[in-house]
Amino acid sequence: MYETIAFYLFSVLTIGLFLVTVLSKNVLYAMTALAAGMVLISGFFFILGADFLGVVQLIVYVGAVMALYSFAMMFFDATRDIKEKNTPAALVFLLGGLSALVLVLMFAAPIHSEAIQAFYPVHEGVGNAQDVGIVLFTKYLVPFEVAAVMLLVAMIAGIILAGKKMDKSLTEDLNADDEIMKQKDTK
Amino acid sequence: METVTYTQVETFVNNLPEVTAAGVWIKAIIILAIISAVAGFGTYLERKVLAFMQRRLGPMHVGPYGLLQIIADGIKLFTKEDIVPQNANRLIFMLAPVITAATAFIALAAVPVFPDFTVPEWIPVLGGTFVPSIAADLNIGILFVLGTMAAGLYGPLLAGMAQANKWGIIGAARTAIQFLSYEVVTGLSILAPIMLVGSLSFVDFNNAQAGGIENWIVWKQPVAFILFLIAGFAETNRTPFDLLEHEAEVVSGYATEYSGMRWGMFFIGEYANMITISIIAAIVFLGGYSEEGIGWLTIILKVGFFFFLMLWVRASWPHVRPDQLMWLCWKVLMPIAVINVVITGIVMMV
Repeated sequence: MYETIAFYLFSVLTIGLFLVTVLSKNVLYAMTALAAGMVLISGFFFILGADFLGVVQLIVYVGAVMALYSFAMMFFDATRDIKEKNTPAALVFLLGGLSALVLVLMFAAPIHSEAIQAFYPVHEGVGNAQDVGIVLFTKYLVPFEVAAVMLLVAMIAGIILAGKKMDKSLTEDLNADDEIMKQKDTK
Repeated sequence: METVTYTQVETFVNNLPEVTAAGVWIKAIIILAIISAVAGFGTYLERKVLAFMQRRLGPMHVGPYGLLQIIADGIKLFTKEDIVPQNANRLIFMLAPVITAATAFIALAAVPVFPDFTVPEWIPVLGGTFVPSIAADLNIGILFVLGTMAAGLYGPLLAGMAQANKWGIIGAARTAIQFLSYEVVTGLSILAPIMLVGSLSFVDFNNAQAGGIENWIVWKQPVAFILFLIAGFAETNRTPFDLLEHEAEVVSGYATEYSGMRWGMFFIGEYANMITISIIAAIVFLGGYSEEGIGWLTIILKVGFFFFLMLWVRASWPHVRPDQLMWLCWKVLMPIAVINVVITGIVMMV
């Protein structure tokens, strides 16, 4: 009974919060709702007994949304509403139609549920983390390593992009000052 | 946030045979009551310890040795006017302190606090109920506690962004910087002990170090211990990493506009986090507790030592700048942590 109550509670809260994320014009509301929704999704993993995935969801998205916040802080005034540009009606129609189609497919999918089988059922007495680890390092070893290489590439690219003129001080070096002024002028 | 703890706790209770829902409820109430009280007493201890280290007396006037100062402060906090600034985002402003306090206590749900006991039979309704030492005994306890404590940083972040105050927004920006700095060090430093024990459960850590001081993980992983302590100081906003509310630079940072009990909730959250980090350090590195005899006294002593260490460091060291913290975490501590993990792996393989 508790699981049912928990499931409906998490469902209502998650859907409501993500609606706020999409519909709100206030950056602070949108970001906070996004963060809270991501945290609450981990509740579903806990209900399903996938403790490890739940915690990973928690840790990964707490960090990811925190980074998003720092961008919001730099680009927007958090205490005011944002005026959004109107998007072309055709695009709205197309994207809305596609989303509706995906939703219909998602809700219709359980009709075909007997065809779905769990390839890697949970073992009794073995922790969730061990199960995930064994599958990750046997069947999905190649995708796992590819993901690692991709992250490495992204990291090196990030260092190169951010590392330009890092040896110059922006406050003490006069040349750098000039450069900042030039950039301001061009704007 | 309150409902999350309750339902999660309930789910885990269903998996455990001997622990009843009533026991977990009692445990949750005990944790809330005692840790809140300890947070109040902690302020008194902090002021006294700092005072003695600086050759002062600290609070002396209210009660014997200033002991009733805690009650005076409590009355002041509860009765102070709760001000919300005019241009602030009202909802988020009022919500932010709750996030800090709630996540701090949710994190405490998964660590062992105080020994388990059975309620005596003569007590009416609850007689014979078994109260566990861990409210929610997860098999991934360490990750859960670290994840929840990380979520707690949304409190300062939202508080700073919602209050329409420049000191607040600087505090919020520093929160993001601090989080992005220490998080990777915490994870990597605690990874080496996890590799040694082969489990993420606090109970397994405790059992792996049973049987005396020579079995403590701190002797095998001194580097990881020091790295974890440094990251823990950053996680709990203690000096030398208390950038968020560095009063000499940003007035009070994220807490500038807060008064009364909302400020008090930030405070209780911070002290609860200090206790949580102390418990993690005591169990993962210093052997934890033992069930028989006075075994529980030892972990309380260890937690007390870490608490004192935080005050000691605060009295001894100056603050660092945010860029220095980021430099320290990413260019010094993270490489050391990675090398430590690699060496641990090689030693375990050979």
